[in-house]
Amino acid sequence: MSDQEYTPKSKAGKWFNDRLPLLTLGSHLTDYPTPKNLNYWWTFGGILTFCLMTQIITGIVLAMHYVAHADLAFASVEHIMRNVNFGWLIRYIHSNGASMFFLAVYIHIFRSLFYGSYKSPREVIWIIGLLIYLLMMATAFMGYVLPWGQMSFWGATVITSLFSAIPLIGESITTWLWGAYSVDNPTLNRFFSLHYLFPFLISGLVILHIWALHVPGNNNPIGIDLKKPSKDTVPFHPYITIKDAFALLLFMIIFSGFVFFSPNVLGHSDNYIPANPLVTPAHIVPEWYLLPFYAILRSVPDKLGGVILMFGSIFILFILPWLDTSKVRSAVFRPMYRYFYWIFVIDVLLLGYMGAMPAEGIYLALARIGTIYYFLHFIVVLPVLGLFEKTDPVPMSISEPVLSSGGDPALAKKDYDKI
Amino acid sequence: MSKEEKKVNRRDFLFTASYTVGAVGLGAVVWPLVHQMNPDKAQQALATTEVDISQIEPGKSITVLWRGKPVFLKRRTQEEISEARSVSLKDLPDPQKDEDRVKKGKDEWLVMLGVCTHLGCVPLKDKGDYKGWFCPCHGSHYDLSGRIRKGPAPTNMEIPKFEFVDNNTIKIG
Repeated sequence: MSDQEYTPKSKAGKWFNDRLPLLTLGSHLTDYPTPKNLNYWWTFGGILTFCLMTQIITGIVLAMHYVAHADLAFASVEHIMRNVNFGWLIRYIHSNGASMFFLAVYIHIFRSLFYGSYKSPREVIWIIGLLIYLLMMATAFMGYVLPWGQMSFWGATVITSLFSAIPLIGESITTWLWGAYSVDNPTLNRFFSLHYLFPFLISGLVILHIWALHVPGNNNPIGIDLKKPSKDTVPFHPYITIKDAFALLLFMIIFSGFVFFSPNVLGHSDNYIPANPLVTPAHIVPEWYLLPFYAILRSVPDKLGGVILMFGSIFILFILPWLDTSKVRSAVFRPMYRYFYWIFVIDVLLLGYMGAMPAEGIYLALARIGTIYYFLHFIVVLPVLGLFEKTDPVPMSISEPVLSSGGDPALAKKDYDKI
Repeated sequence: MSKEEKKVNRRDFLFTASYTVGAVGLGAVVWPLVHQMNPDKAQQALATTEVDISQIEPGKSITVLWRGKPVFLKRRTQEEISEARSVSLKDLPDPQKDEDRVKKGKDEWLVMLGVCTHLGCVPLKDKGDYKGWFCPCHGSHYDLSGRIRKGPAPTNMEIPKFEFVDNNTIKIG
């Protein structure tokens, strides 16, 4: 952090700042030099902060009315929907908010993949981000269990049973997670407790994520190192705050569209049937944001193998900064990586679709191909591409391609306008 | 200086002793926090269930709840038993004789946990490629003895501990 020494103007401010330098922190966040060419894909960090705060606020309110007991949970959710003043609104914001949170986080992650934001010196930001993503998935999964409908119950059964694939100690771990011999009241109680805790752990990691970001500063669409502050940067406030606010408004329009016009379209109707431990719904699916991993799990005809590949598909992302051997960050200057990037995007979408379909016939075959390609992308394509790809010339600064007329950097500029 | 470093002195002893006591103390605090999540006494108290089986016709089955899990009790017909016994053990992913899955002399009664050994769904009866059970979640097929034949499940459906109290009553657990 290359801040200039900050001195509060008022005497009281100086007195306080000498004892707790909060004003210095505020000044750092306001003046924080940001690349001037950040596009709208960079507004999702702010949107995600908004999502987290929305989930925490609506969640705290819901917890005032919800009852975490196997006999009462389902009825208490209906009580929230029918009797609590604005309960329907708060619950729909919370349940759709989870989907919006994941929509934003996927865009945020794929932004990072396109522009190489995970590469040196930003590996730690990337890894903290993945930890946040893991906690998000755990939180969302446990939240989905709380209404105690059929999907809640059987989703909880299937996901906790994943741990039973571990040799020798698997069964004991599953029983320990359940606090019973099946998913039951103790399971619901602890899931509620942890569902309340995890968002605050996420908040802590978000602070570390931003702290780690502010050390090297933002990556940018052309992926070059910048001198900070310089004519390539603008202060965070007001330039980025206003851009983030505008993007957030657009995001909130989509969010409201779901909440007010189709609040159940992303859910599953079976979850409006109370949990029944004797009957498994004919077709159980997780929430849409977990479908690609579910497809990977099902594409392996072996229990332990499926579980290993499913967790592996997430953990491989942790070593991504070292698998990608290319020194050029942004895909703008990587003509071949650009193709593979979009193939990878299609592959993940395909896996997501296959996860929603029954695991048989052509769906299973396609899911297997998708799974194989998912791992090939990381284990073969990325390491090899860095060695053989002929990258386009990278400009020396953000201003250069704009100011200089003609020459390679200008071509590069044209290229990045297309993205 | 280097000579002093190598020598084990009173301070090294105190360090090691403090760390050891600290580690034991930490373990003693962590274990209750971990163990509280295991099934409590109320859960363990539900360990047995008695079932009246006098109303079950041959070829039919019922499902009862035991420790929160479904238990299938199937009264098999002679054809079903002989079909289950005609299978070669070589064809089974988890080889087990049908005789070892029932009580001797009570061969028509198949009592097993109605829980798919893959990820815990309840399989549907009279479905699948082997006339036994079929799990809709991830497509595991079980035969008339509840043995896994095809699909991702690794083992046969589990036989719980049970006994015949009399001819019409089974005690599970």
